[in-house]
Amino acid sequence: MKPKEIAELLDEPACAHNSKAKSGCARPKPGATAGGCAFDGAQIALLPIADVAHIVHGPIACAGSSWDNRGTRSSGSRLFRIGMTTDLTEQDVIMGRGEKRLLHAIKQAIEHYHPAAVFVYNTCVPALIGDDIGAVCKDAEARWGTPVVPIDAAGFYGTKNLGNRIAGEAMVKYVCGRREPDPLPAAAAGRTIHDIALIGEYNIAGELWHVLPLLDELGLRVLCTLSGDARFHEVQTMHRSQANMMVCSKAMINVARKLQERYATPWFEGSFYGVRDVSQALRDFARLLNDADLKQRTEQLIAREEAAIDQALVPWREQLRGRKVLLYTGGVKSWSVIAALQDLGMEVVATGTKKSTEEDKARIRELMGQDALMIEEGNPRALIQLVHDYRVDVLIAGGRNMYTALKARIPFLDINQEREFGYAGYRGMVELARQLVLTIESPIWSAVRQPAPWRHAIGEG
Amino acid sequence: MATIIRRSKALSVSPLKASQTLGAALAFLGFQRAIPMLHGSQGCTAFGKVFFVRHFREPIPLQTTAMDQVTTVMGSEEAIVEGLKTLCEKSAPALIGVPTTGLAETQGSDPQMAITQFRQRYPQFAAIPIVAISTPDFSGALESGFAKATAAIIAALVPSAVRSGSEPGRQPRQVNVLVGSALTPGDIEALQTIIAAFDLEPLLLPDLSDSLDGHLDAEPFSPLTIGGTEVAALQRAGDAVATLVIGRSMCRAADTLQQLTGVPDYRFDHLMGLAATDTLLLALSAIAERPVPPKLERQRAQLQDAMLDCHFMLGMGRFAIAADPDLLHAFSALLDEVGGRTVAAVAPINAPILQEVAATSVKIGDLEDLEQIAREQQAELLISNSHGAESAARLGIPLLRAGFPQYDQLGGYQRCWIGYQGSRQTLFDLANMMLNLARGEIHPYHSLLAQKGFERPLGGST
Repeated sequence: MKPKEIAELLDEPACAHNSKAKSGCARPKPGATAGGCAFDGAQIALLPIADVAHIVHGPIACAGSSWDNRGTRSSGSRLFRIGMTTDLTEQDVIMGRGEKRLLHAIKQAIEHYHPAAVFVYNTCVPALIGDDIGAVCKDAEARWGTPVVPIDAAGFYGTKNLGNRIAGEAMVKYVCGRREPDPLPAAAAGRTIHDIALIGEYNIAGELWHVLPLLDELGLRVLCTLSGDARFHEVQTMHRSQANMMVCSKAMINVARKLQERYATPWFEGSFYGVRDVSQALRDFARLLNDADLKQRTEQLIAREEAAIDQALVPWREQLRGRKVLLYTGGVKSWSVIAALQDLGMEVVATGTKKSTEEDKARIRELMGQDALMIEEGNPRALIQLVHDYRVDVLIAGGRNMYTALKARIPFLDINQEREFGYAGYRGMVELARQLVLTIESPIWSAVRQPAPWRHAIGEG
Repeated sequence: MATIIRRSKALSVSPLKASQTLGAALAFLGFQRAIPMLHGSQGCTAFGKVFFVRHFREPIPLQTTAMDQVTTVMGSEEAIVEGLKTLCEKSAPALIGVPTTGLAETQGSDPQMAITQFRQRYPQFAAIPIVAISTPDFSGALESGFAKATAAIIAALVPSAVRSGSEPGRQPRQVNVLVGSALTPGDIEALQTIIAAFDLEPLLLPDLSDSLDGHLDAEPFSPLTIGGTEVAALQRAGDAVATLVIGRSMCRAADTLQQLTGVPDYRFDHLMGLAATDTLLLALSAIAERPVPPKLERQRAQLQDAMLDCHFMLGMGRFAIAADPDLLHAFSALLDEVGGRTVAAVAPINAPILQEVAATSVKIGDLEDLEQIAREQQAELLISNSHGAESAARLGIPLLRAGFPQYDQLGGYQRCWIGYQGSRQTLFDLANMMLNLARGEIHPYHSLLAQKGFERPLGGST
């Protein structure tokens, strides 16, 4: 990928970060950097497309350390769970055999696994030695007739966020608009059906399936999610969506913007976490689709679901009321999860805003008040200090902070993509409450915080 | 002698290999107050961190030189200098490792030069040892990276006898122990107990059983390793009476240590099963000049009894193993001892020890290869890392998890495979899995002429 193309991707007019020095995210600092690379971001964004053969072109580290480690679920094809890599050797690198190996690799994947498409992820080493993966993909597609999509996302191009955008860009450029949607199934006869798409929904732990029945009931056909439980032929029809939702992530905002530019598809940013936000998302769809009947049915559904979930949450709210939460997670989740926690009667004492935009922060102030404590830099020691200073009952953060919290004997809830429980939708709230109570109320905390009894004896004696 | 069958396909499917870079990082994690800083793009470290965090369920100190477009094109030495300075200022580690990645090596980065520059510019950090090591992921695997890094640490930090005046045997109870990556923290703990039973004091290089054994430390947070061999203890290695080397992969590290110190060494390819443990105990008895303690004799008798009990289930059993070379060899030897057959053997890289695997052939490949061979050979049980779970499910056979990574079960890192006790438990576990297979059961014959008619099986599907 040329520097110019990277610069273009970093320049995202729809992103509130764009105007500031933070645009495209600052250069990482050697010796003090956490977080993934562009390849990581691209793979996370697209791997959930289940019937695609995802080939990582590079030596072993990129695929070897990362395959099959996502919490995303598929309702059918399991092809995406199979790790594939060209596993380049020293000889390949020295002799320039990378492209040849890649071509054969694509052939092998197509012949053995009959994928709906092949995605080829470029990584640092082949990018540096100049393998032309675009040309190889084109050649392979012409030879074997299966779509082969290059995702040029070498790690050194930049951060995970850039990788998300590269992935989105590739979908818009090579996949969207290549097929018309299927005719509606017989089951839809006599109903008004609107086509929608969800961008940035990854179906972690299957949580999309908490939301999908609601959308079905409202007659909203999800043409495609990008990319939870998606299939290649669904992504091809994404351009026909009548309204797009950016789910809980600005990472692929370029997709929503480009679909709007090219196909005039309206979009909104929303979240499926928390009762208020689920309802709001459903209302936003009805609003964008501008269908009076849908609006009315949406309100009926919301009233019914909110009443039901309110009832289901009664016992949990009693246990969680007034409990203090420290939320340390990036971007949109910093506000979307606040609402969910407040719905449970919890008090959010601080939230991480490292990846949040000014717009995100405004929403945080709206939810938490003007004096909301925002944590810009998440050094673990400082986080632990905050937990003690504010007498926090539970730390909610991404998996990478989990063991930091546990070593400090702090109750913890994992909110990122490796987690094993789905919190989206109305029903997800019950699971969220259950997991929170499970850790906060666990009997282990006193056991792990107390010194051994003989230590006491020595101390007191 | 096993025939080695080389990689023949372009695409690696369900990779078995973990990178050499990660293996090197792991070796540094066995030293106290240490931190490895991978020289590459930030993703190399992020992935590595997730890899180890999921395996050990521990926070893992791991940093990166965070190569970006500019450093990748213009030269990355400055990033190393900057990273070292940041680490030294922030947390004053006792040891910094700088393993290189494929990106840095392809670029032609020179970490040694960067370290020299760092030393010149920041003399205030002169006391902090830094060990750079070339470990691109386009060659080797976790096992070889671990061994390479251990050798490099020894070469950099163990003083030569000539220079320091160290003398083999000056500390008559001290034995150096070089443990390869095939041994878990649980194995290392057990090995220490065995050595201590001879009244010897082990100096482990490195010691993952003290840093990554999953213990709750009094300190709530550390950016460095908590536990592991003290870096200062390397100064004493030259005074040991002997060195034990576990794993063929550690030979080069052993050579380095021996050349530096002259301490005689005893090399063991593995410590699984009766014969291997016997050899270890004979050596320890000779080094310690003590008889084998009765407690260990008892354990030996227990293992013998377990072999009697288990040979019915394991004898002629058909096993498929996918692992790094040392571990693959060790399991095949244990099974061979009870009459089990390794019918499918796959390693991610070639190594001399593979020729000694108790199997007809060893394939250099991935889990797709393993699955194919296991199916052809009608394997009954699979031994591999957690990635083997899907293969085992497709093959319809049980899986015993061993090696890296293990993320779908708790406590893999504390499993003990070695010694009389560890081998005994391993045999029991394998035999129990085989028992559940209901082998040799005669399937009902439905006579065409019988009057029973069609009976729908309970809960069965068509």
